[in-house]
Amino acid sequence: MSYMTRRFFMGSTAAVMVAPLPAFALNNEQARSLVDGLVGEINTVIDSGKSETSMYREFERIFRQYSDLSYIAAYAMGVDARRASASQKKAFTAAFTGYISRKYGKRFREFIGGRLEVQGVKKVKSFYQVRTMAHLRGESPFELDFHVSDRTGKNLFFNMYIEGINMLLTEREEIGAMLDRRKGNIDAMIADLKSAG
Amino acid sequence: MVVLLTGGALTLAGCTVPGPDHPKAEVFDPYEDGNRKTHEFNRAMDSALVRPAAKGYVAIVPEGIALSVGRFADNLGEPTSAVNHLMQADVPGVARNLSRFVVNVTLGFGGLFDPATDLGITADDSDFGETLHVWGAPEGAYVELPFLGPSNERDAVGKVVDVFTDPLGYVLPTREANIATGVKITSKVGDRGRYADIVDSILYESADSYAQGRSMFTQNRRHDLGIDNEDTYISPEDINTEGF
Repeated sequence: MSYMTRRFFMGSTAAVMVAPLPAFALNNEQARSLVDGLVGEINTVIDSGKSETSMYREFERIFRQYSDLSYIAAYAMGVDARRASASQKKAFTAAFTGYISRKYGKRFREFIGGRLEVQGVKKVKSFYQVRTMAHLRGESPFELDFHVSDRTGKNLFFNMYIEGINMLLTEREEIGAMLDRRKGNIDAMIADLKSAG
Repeated sequence: MVVLLTGGALTLAGCTVPGPDHPKAEVFDPYEDGNRKTHEFNRAMDSALVRPAAKGYVAIVPEGIALSVGRFADNLGEPTSAVNHLMQADVPGVARNLSRFVVNVTLGFGGLFDPATDLGITADDSDFGETLHVWGAPEGAYVELPFLGPSNERDAVGKVVDVFTDPLGYVLPTREANIATGVKITSKVGDRGRYADIVDSILYESADSYAQGRSMFTQNRRHDLGIDNEDTYISPEDINTEGF
């Protein structure tokens, strides 16, 4: 594709993307800058050479700052949230935050010696998909997508796709299985969650 | 013609098709009971044999050598990928696989190194499961295969057919063919060791390792085949977050 055609193509797609949603606050640049910041922080942590435990603490801080934790927790609990009390929901969100920080922190730790690169942004439904490439030592690069929304009034990511694997869906299945194992007892599941991940 | 081909692919793959009410994003798993038994067998095999072998392998073999074994095994897969891309009428894919194979065999010391990637000819693997997908065969039911792990009917048929689509299988003398098979198995053991943390976390730390494996395999495979269905993306308005 020549430069002119490519530019025309990009120009026209941008027009199509913007036209139907004139009032939408979050835009490509903002979604991208959120993920730029996030990727920068992850890269800093994995380059820091810190101990495993202090890295998880850092990843938890990054999750709290960059992700929509109440959405991720609510989605993971799914329909069982209907019978959860207010205090169970609060306790679940707190335990779940530590759990995903450890679980996904472990995956990010495997990026040591590698790097994440932001590739591009695309609008999907009411949110933005920011594609990054993970370059790991001795491996073919793979896709890591962040789904960004301003639902809360802040730009935050609410879902992540690692090589096509959807975090929200995978965690809903896992939390469902943890509940099944405890015969549906929410408090017992929350207690298990504190040491899981 | 298309109908005939699609019909042929369907018959060939012999896949079970879910009913019209089955949600697209959900994995179709009518053989769950049997699959779970196979899963328990695979888990027992892993903890008794594969995992210890893999741990030993990464402990003894220097990382550089393990990576070379992996690259050598990957390169042996290029001819199969080329044949499959040909069957998919993907000419650039065929060219890519053949140039990678030639470049890596010659400049990469028989395939121990991957100079093709450095030259910008990045990997693009294929298999007969993908060919069936391109021909229009449905994914079929989820199956967990003994030793091989998560799969589906279409990919299981693909694995059997790929035993015959490998040109090296016809070209190499028996001894060299056996060495090639040995290298491929060693490379799989190496992968188990290299990705030990993530595999362990799925197999031994998740609440339902069968369900996690089923879900992750299916999502990843659909992504590899380019079935990225944006309709299945979860929207930020889908859930009531009150109280969380």
